[in-house]
Amino acid sequence: MRVERKIRVVIAKPGLDGHDVGAKVVALALKDAGMEVIYTGLHRTIDEIVKTALEEDADVVGLSIYSGAHLALSKKLMGRLKEMGIDDILVLVGGNIPERDIGVLQEFGVGGVFPVGTKLDDIVDFIQKKAGIENEKK
Amino acid sequence: MKKNNGDAEEPVVLESGIEVKPVYGPEDTKDLDFEEKIGRPGEYPFTRGIHPLMYRKRPWTMRQYSGFGTPKQTNERFKWLLEQGQTALNVAFDLPTQLGLDSDDPFAEEEVGRVGMAIDTLEDMEEAFQDIPIDKISTALTINPVASVLLAMYLAVTEKQGIPWDRVRGTTQNDILKEYIGRGTWIFPVEPSIRLIGDMVEFCSRNVPKFNPFSVCGYHIRESGATPVQEMAYAFEIAITYIEEVLKRGLAIDDFAGRIAFNFDIHGNIWEQVAKFRAGRRLWAKIVKERFGAQNPRSMTLRMIAGGGGGGLTVQQPENNIARGAYYALISALSGTQTMALCSYDEAYTIPSKKAALISLRTMQILADEMGLKDTVDPLGGSYYIEWLTDRMEQKIVEAMQKVEDMGGMVKAVREGQIQREVSHQAYLKEKKIQSGEIPKVGVNRYVMAEERTEIEMHPFNSDVAEEQKKKLERIKTERDNAAVESAVNGLKKAAQTEENVMPHLLEAVKSYATLGEITKVLKEVFGEFEEPVGL
Repeated sequence: MRVERKIRVVIAKPGLDGHDVGAKVVALALKDAGMEVIYTGLHRTIDEIVKTALEEDADVVGLSIYSGAHLALSKKLMGRLKEMGIDDILVLVGGNIPERDIGVLQEFGVGGVFPVGTKLDDIVDFIQKKAGIENEKK
Repeated sequence: MKKNNGDAEEPVVLESGIEVKPVYGPEDTKDLDFEEKIGRPGEYPFTRGIHPLMYRKRPWTMRQYSGFGTPKQTNERFKWLLEQGQTALNVAFDLPTQLGLDSDDPFAEEEVGRVGMAIDTLEDMEEAFQDIPIDKISTALTINPVASVLLAMYLAVTEKQGIPWDRVRGTTQNDILKEYIGRGTWIFPVEPSIRLIGDMVEFCSRNVPKFNPFSVCGYHIRESGATPVQEMAYAFEIAITYIEEVLKRGLAIDDFAGRIAFNFDIHGNIWEQVAKFRAGRRLWAKIVKERFGAQNPRSMTLRMIAGGGGGGLTVQQPENNIARGAYYALISALSGTQTMALCSYDEAYTIPSKKAALISLRTMQILADEMGLKDTVDPLGGSYYIEWLTDRMEQKIVEAMQKVEDMGGMVKAVREGQIQREVSHQAYLKEKKIQSGEIPKVGVNRYVMAEERTEIEMHPFNSDVAEEQKKKLERIKTERDNAAVESAVNGLKKAAQTEENVMPHLLEAVKSYATLGEITKVLKEVFGEFEEPVGL
């Protein structure tokens, strides 16, 4: 019998932005959906987030950014994950993300972008579909 | 807040957990003693307002939050806002400044000048307020963990402009406890942060008597998920914490309580908000009088900025936010606020455009000049429903305050993350209710229009600001007297290590053109850094 491994998600607040309601609300929703959620807290550097993702053996890293610095921060994270050889981690970006930046983020390799107003169920479904399949492979 | 679908049998329950009847009458207010509970405006317990004539004598102050890019750019926006009839300034700083980082700090990358103006040294502050009649306006500095440093810079600017400190009016937000709960710009641990607030209050009450050294913000706590009752209760518990810190220094309550300011949120049910403020005024007066033994009636008044309410605005159909803003302004005026600020309709996306900021200002001016809001004080006073609800809200606020005291007080509850957890769980429940439609939200869960997203003008981010600031820093560091900087910073460090008031040392440090980052670094060495409780 195959033992179900819970999907492990790191919800991270990179940089200086202090808006954490969205991050915490999403974290609680994912927890309710049966995932293992680790919240980093505020003011994390990209290196700290990568370290947490490694230590926690994360399947998913969700960045929450409201200050407008999402492009630079996401690009940096994707670069670091690649360098470390762990770019199979599913990266999601949420927050105050203008529509025209969604494509840019996807080009960086971000797996899913969830701007303000996204339904929590959609985020849960997306992760279950993408990371759930990855987990079965493992 | 439960929706009312026109079924009179279905219970209506406010966000604060109070059930509302379809009709109220004299039987609902018969136990409310007029003198004790309501009284006259300008008199204890100030339920109806803190001044006898309120807006009849002076309309509310209109103060939009603004600031971006370089100090020069911000200076231009300030002048423009004052020309448009705004009567005070509310300064937005970028995140590196709010967190005590210089523009050349690697961690400040991509954030310099983004959400507010970048300040590194006194020279930036001088530029921001150049040719602005500082003694004729009041200035709010939205800054928290490093409020003491920015206050020192502001005072140094007034000195250079030749304005005596007893004519300097303004406020530093400087409410660190709410930063741990909701807004997220914290640096130092809880206790030394509160000590810095105490230093500022002590310094201002002796030297800058018309300055409000802190403004307790229920606003951000509410924005983070608290109910209106918790917003008021937590704000009061926070204010009590600061008062106790100041009293330890030998000041009397009447020496400073009259300069305590509050910042509250407005969104949600109109009557619940109005009752929240009326109840808050009454309860605060009682706390300051009975718990702290104040004699001066001014000490007992709840002076506030109220407007709002970013949390009520939506990214969907953003122009609807203009209508929401107008209702929030109306609530604010019906609630007897001293200062009003509105979130602009594009604020769910971006730093307000000039157009959006102007619409907000005009909204408040229309209300003041066209609609009769200045005619008479507390026009809702005496309404069966409002008086009943005011009383119920007061009871609920007292209960919520007791809960915090049962947790061991605000400092402990925040240090351990108890309040943070309570508030974020509520935010989650509320979001679920919005997503299920239980809490109605126009454009979000009803009257939704497919694919009609209005293109909003986005505030441009200019990465040249960082370069400009870095160059300026480099120049200042070569021009200034580095020995004077070192001596001032060392003096500051020594004061921070003892119980000596740091304000005179901060003044000396900023006047030597020590940078914000250099000053913060020294304070970090002494105080350490806050460790955020991250449990969900």
